[in-house]
Amino acid sequence: MISLTIDGNVVEVEEGSTVLQAAQKLGIEIPTLCHHKSLLPYGACRVCLVELEYSWGTQIQASCTYPAQDGLVVNTASERVLKTRKIMVELLLARCPEVAPVKQLAEQMDIKEVRFPKKNEDCILCGQCVRVCEERMGIGAVNFVNRGREKKIAPAYDRHSPICMACGACQVVCPADCVDLSKITKRTLRPIPLAFDEGLSGRPSIYVPFAQAVPNVPVIDTNTCMYFQKGTCQACQEFCEADAIDFDQEDKVEEVEVGAIIVATGFELFDSSEIFRYGYGRLDNVINSLEFERISHASGPTGGKIFTKDGREPQAVAILHCIGSRDENYHEYCSRVCCMYSLKFAHLVKEKTEAEVYNLYIDMRAFGKGYEEFYKRVLGEGVHFIRGKCAEVTDVPETDEEKGKLIVIAEDTLLGLTRRLPVDMVILSSALIPGSDSDKLSKILGLNCSKGGFYLEKHPKLAPVDAISDGIFLAGACQGPKDIPDSVAQGAAAAAGALSLIDKGKVILEPITAEINEERCSGCQLCIANCPYAAIDYDEEKRVSVVTEELCKGCGTCVAGCPSGAAHQKNFEDEQIFSEIEGILA
Amino acid sequence: MAKPKVAFYWCASCGGCEETVVDLAEDILKVVAAVDIALWPVAIDIKLKDVQAWKPGDVAVAFINGAVRLSEQEEWVKLLREKCSLIVAFGSCAHIGGIPGLANATTKEQIFANKYHLSPTINNPNGTVPQEHSKVDNYDLELPFFWKDVKTLDQVIDVDYYLPGCPPPPNLVAEAVNAILEGKLPPKGSVLAPEKALCESCPRNETKPDDLTIASFKRVSTSTPDPEKCFLAEGYLCMGPATRSGCGERCINGNMPCRGCFGPTPDALDAGLKLLSAIASRGKADTTESSQVLADSLADPLGTLYRFSLPASLLRRRLVDLHENS
Repeated sequence: MISLTIDGNVVEVEEGSTVLQAAQKLGIEIPTLCHHKSLLPYGACRVCLVELEYSWGTQIQASCTYPAQDGLVVNTASERVLKTRKIMVELLLARCPEVAPVKQLAEQMDIKEVRFPKKNEDCILCGQCVRVCEERMGIGAVNFVNRGREKKIAPAYDRHSPICMACGACQVVCPADCVDLSKITKRTLRPIPLAFDEGLSGRPSIYVPFAQAVPNVPVIDTNTCMYFQKGTCQACQEFCEADAIDFDQEDKVEEVEVGAIIVATGFELFDSSEIFRYGYGRLDNVINSLEFERISHASGPTGGKIFTKDGREPQAVAILHCIGSRDENYHEYCSRVCCMYSLKFAHLVKEKTEAEVYNLYIDMRAFGKGYEEFYKRVLGEGVHFIRGKCAEVTDVPETDEEKGKLIVIAEDTLLGLTRRLPVDMVILSSALIPGSDSDKLSKILGLNCSKGGFYLEKHPKLAPVDAISDGIFLAGACQGPKDIPDSVAQGAAAAAGALSLIDKGKVILEPITAEINEERCSGCQLCIANCPYAAIDYDEEKRVSVVTEELCKGCGTCVAGCPSGAAHQKNFEDEQIFSEIEGILA
Repeated sequence: MAKPKVAFYWCASCGGCEETVVDLAEDILKVVAAVDIALWPVAIDIKLKDVQAWKPGDVAVAFINGAVRLSEQEEWVKLLREKCSLIVAFGSCAHIGGIPGLANATTKEQIFANKYHLSPTINNPNGTVPQEHSKVDNYDLELPFFWKDVKTLDQVIDVDYYLPGCPPPPNLVAEAVNAILEGKLPPKGSVLAPEKALCESCPRNETKPDDLTIASFKRVSTSTPDPEKCFLAEGYLCMGPATRSGCGERCINGNMPCRGCFGPTPDALDAGLKLLSAIASRGKADTTESSQVLADSLADPLGTLYRFSLPASLLRRRLVDLHENS
């Protein structure tokens, strides 16, 4: 350890530290521009200058590169330091008058006039992009070229670089925000879509999935992380003050033994591009309801401002109800929540923009508490309601008024007219559909599915949260489309059901269950897939199938399907049936 | 002490079961050393009257192979039942009807029409058909009567034991002979083979997926099964899950799905029906179209599911107009 004095305070630092690090340890702020925590010291911008006191006098040095020495006396705010720094920033401001961090420094130092020849450059030549590419990524796709007045940063020969991986690290570190990756790389730029924003915004490779994520900690996407892909970078490790980045962590499967299971796997949104005529995925500004939800959200990609794709405020917005639901070609059921969220969307668009809003509906279903009142309120806000399902969304104009617009074509069944509505944005209120892997889960848990593919409850009125297998409960949209109050109510009921089961500590069984004679079972395992209650397991040791009596409901499916007759149902044997037939025929 | 006497007899069969006795190879010498062969039409010339002369109990055991179709076969097996202490139904045909039992899928008339008139290789301008009685050169000739159904041995006489298989594997035959000689016999009516179904000993059972689903059936005549995988998992109709084991997985090792020659397991009344209900429950039939695809791809369900067991099954035969078949 070595000790030095900075602004009269003594500090101890490890050998090899810089004066800047020593000052930071003391909490003394020294302005920097070209310094980056994850990169080697460079000393290009000269903003971090300090004054070093020696017996023979003082000396100005860049603190970011100057090594701390035992007994060194440093002044970070002396008159000479401030004056010299000021000149440096003035020089930078002359070169880059529009660059935010330079402007900010100039403001802090009260620089109003620049006395040097003025230029208007974006790049402050800090070289962070060059260094991150070289040091962290091991590539070196960009570098300084030319000298003096002509000095700039560019890929070799000023051509799109074939070695650039388009990782975007240079863009991230650039304090002047002047890196245009598309001018550097030969590759196509593909931002990593943030799933929570429906892919409307990008995300880094290390990220918190969304603001309310539980646990609320960042994860590393190993598919895109440069360390996992190329063994380079690891910059995040430098930043993390808690030293919490662990590249060795792996996904793990944990087995937990439980007394009850609540299935609350939710829903997925119908892929509206399946219906070609609505133009989803084909026409810009045709968006689905979840995308609009993100756009209108304060923490969303537009900060809650409703914009079209090219950043304009829409003048007219159409909201199309029942996309993929109440449609015999796709899903016959009503998705239940769309009417109300479509009303909410109409209200939000009205509130945030000046746009005309058209809701195209089949029937308005405002069934819940306070819903009808909300419908009336939105009606009063001047939203147009057109009773008729949209026939087509097109971008082919017929009149000048329709040019550059999306045209929503629909029959207004109340007016008896076909209408063409020129709008800037079309929101599709798409159907709620079962999760794409709900089939897989239903096989694992032995759940039954109702028509439409949602999980079936034991009884629609008497056991609406119980699954058919004991100890499994359903909550939320996995059982059928439902809104937030209904999901919360069902979730609470399912939790109560699970608790009452666990609390009791015992279950009452049906007397008529199946059993498999292990002397006769060949272990063909056909019964395991047949059991709707997941009550049969394969005993690897004995190589026979075994019925878990606690789960068996005595339905007899395994008995009927057992090819060798090893499965029997208590009190329902073949012999009994044959005796009955013989009795009848006698 | 005199050596016990043994009889072999054949009914409606192909002769393969006789072959399996020969397949005992050197072990046949041990059999001959231990017993006297009193009747073996394939090898020894013994007439009906010789057998009629036997005293009941003279012969310890008769191994009878083949299904029963003709009046002559019925006469012989009834005679053997009278004279022999034990009757063993030898092979699939005697046990459950076997391949000849597939004749129950049609009628006697149809069989005669095909055999003597319709078959393209027949040249029978006078339309001659075999008659029970006929006169040739002043000789009265008699042929046995052809019953309308093929019957298993136990549908005609009381059977003590069954040796399944088409033909029964030599090791099971040897075990049965030893058991008889040593008097270590299981309860009457037993099938002298293991009680579990073939999946138990099938080397491919481990490859059967948990959620076996069959979208459509494949046939070995038009595609080649994977030599390692469970046949059902690939869509080949394998009778293994409903068929008694003990065969030595001969077909499986030859990359052929089980055809069911060992017959049903002790708990199953009808192997074909049992397998049908098992695979029907694993068929991909969630829509009308997919169930049609599944049903269409199953070629000849009766002949496939009951290849060996039609006469012994609950069906016994295909239902035909009784007047037409009297």
